[in-house]
Amino acid sequence: MAITLVLLAAVAGGVSFALSNLTSQPNTVDYTSSPGQAVDVTMQTVGSYGHGIHATWVSYMTRSPDGQWLHTTTWQVPAHTKVNVTIYQYDSGSALRNQQIGTVQGTLGGIATLNGKVFSVVNANAGNGVGHTFSMPSLGINVPLYGNNANADLCSAAPCTTSPHNIVKFSFMSPGPGTYPWQCFVPCALGFLYGNGGPMQTVGWMDGFMKVVA
Amino acid sequence: MPGYDAGLTEGPHEPLSNGDPAASGGARPSSRSGSDSEPRHGWRMAGLWILLSAIADPLFYYLAGPHIPPGTMSNTADGAQFDFNILIIAALPVMLAVWIYMGYAIVNWRASRNGPEPVGGPKARSNVRIQSTWIVTTTVLVLFLFGFGTYELVQPEGAGGGQGPAPIWTPASHDVLPIQVIGQQWKWTYRYPTFGGFETTDLVVPDHTAIAFHVTSLDVVHDFWVYQLGVKADANPGQDDVAYTTPDQLGTFVVRCDELCGLWHGAMYNSGKVVTELQFQSWAETTEHQLAANTKFLPPFAWTYTPDANGADGGYYPDNVDPYSPVLTYGAKQPGEPLPVETTGKGRT
Repeated sequence: MAITLVLLAAVAGGVSFALSNLTSQPNTVDYTSSPGQAVDVTMQTVGSYGHGIHATWVSYMTRSPDGQWLHTTTWQVPAHTKVNVTIYQYDSGSALRNQQIGTVQGTLGGIATLNGKVFSVVNANAGNGVGHTFSMPSLGINVPLYGNNANADLCSAAPCTTSPHNIVKFSFMSPGPGTYPWQCFVPCALGFLYGNGGPMQTVGWMDGFMKVVA
Repeated sequence: MPGYDAGLTEGPHEPLSNGDPAASGGARPSSRSGSDSEPRHGWRMAGLWILLSAIADPLFYYLAGPHIPPGTMSNTADGAQFDFNILIIAALPVMLAVWIYMGYAIVNWRASRNGPEPVGGPKARSNVRIQSTWIVTTTVLVLFLFGFGTYELVQPEGAGGGQGPAPIWTPASHDVLPIQVIGQQWKWTYRYPTFGGFETTDLVVPDHTAIAFHVTSLDVVHDFWVYQLGVKADANPGQDDVAYTTPDQLGTFVVRCDELCGLWHGAMYNSGKVVTELQFQSWAETTEHQLAANTKFLPPFAWTYTPDANGADGGYYPDNVDPYSPVLTYGAKQPGEPLPVETTGKGRT
């Protein structure tokens, strides 16, 4: 009898654990509190998250409207609204597997700014290379994030604040209501085959969703 | 103990003996009355089958045929639609034969409440005529499908599928537009080698022009599937898989990845369009000019590339340049030099 109860409890625990993992998802940062106005989405990229069981994974983070850095890549914006994106790039860079993603595409004016300087193309084969991209293929958006010098004292645990970083800004118009996946196109998951495993395959790290509501 | 035939030509309730000529479908004593002449079941079913097949096949071909996927947007799509129609026309009589026999058997040879249970007898176990007819018919049908399918697969310009790096069947036209298709997790990009080798996410093709898609991948296996054009080719890293097509109609089409390739496999699609030759020329020249700032940083055009398996620490580069070196391959600058950004815009975000 006791053994049966223990087995049942183990099965119930396993099912509960599996269900909770299968149904869990990163928090959604809500930027829809001021309808009709442009929204400001702020994120950062860090070479290693620095916490938990995936402390070495590269990751994006998102800053909530009240200034808190959250480990999520899902955010919500109003439809047909100008979205101003600011990304603090704390990671190093490298040459790109495909330089095609070195171009800025789909943003307002087809441009972005790197530390205040307008740019449209980054030559990833020069300088520090490209660390990551912010890309939303369904909307044709792609912005390369110039890397930091790998020899600098780069941030190794999120959220990063004072370490060397680049600031990339761009804007785009949100489309109609729907859920739009976005991702980094740089195969930046070191230690995984072709660099595309682990954090590159996990929502909340280098992949996320833009939820657009009416 | 008498056996009961459940075969094609006789009622199941009639006692049979070995060598009974009833297998030919001839008249038989009724199993119920014992005196009525047995109808020629085989001829009845054959007549019904011929009649329904003669109606169903033309009906299908002329009414449904023009709407069968993948449509007629290109010669390869048109060919695929024709093949599907022929296969369905061949399959419809087979399906009707099964249904007619089943329906006929249910109506005529079902068990009655007062009659004996139908059980298999010698005729159910062996009927040379039925067996030989079945074997010959299916053999002829399968051989026809084999021959037809092989011819359709290898006819000029192939069937729109990837033909590997050395296609045996090539378009008759010498004026073939090459477009390189590059798959990567998780999007498609396209290089136009005859327009300076620019690389873009937009797939635009001219109508009435033979096109050679050269499909490859920078990481895992993808599959380039342009449903409306009837083109489907694997995108393998290190391989140039060629597929030909000639668009016949203007319009848009969808490009999908048809090989499960990771998290955003389901989002790995985009749309392309078929435009007139003049529109294509204008688009290609404009795009070549617009992307010139980035094209000069791309590797020299090659049919395949060797991505760095280590992930972030590598570019993609022609197979004949190994080991990879940004400096040797691109004349790259080193860290510490001015930011390598191209400025083309005047506004600010």
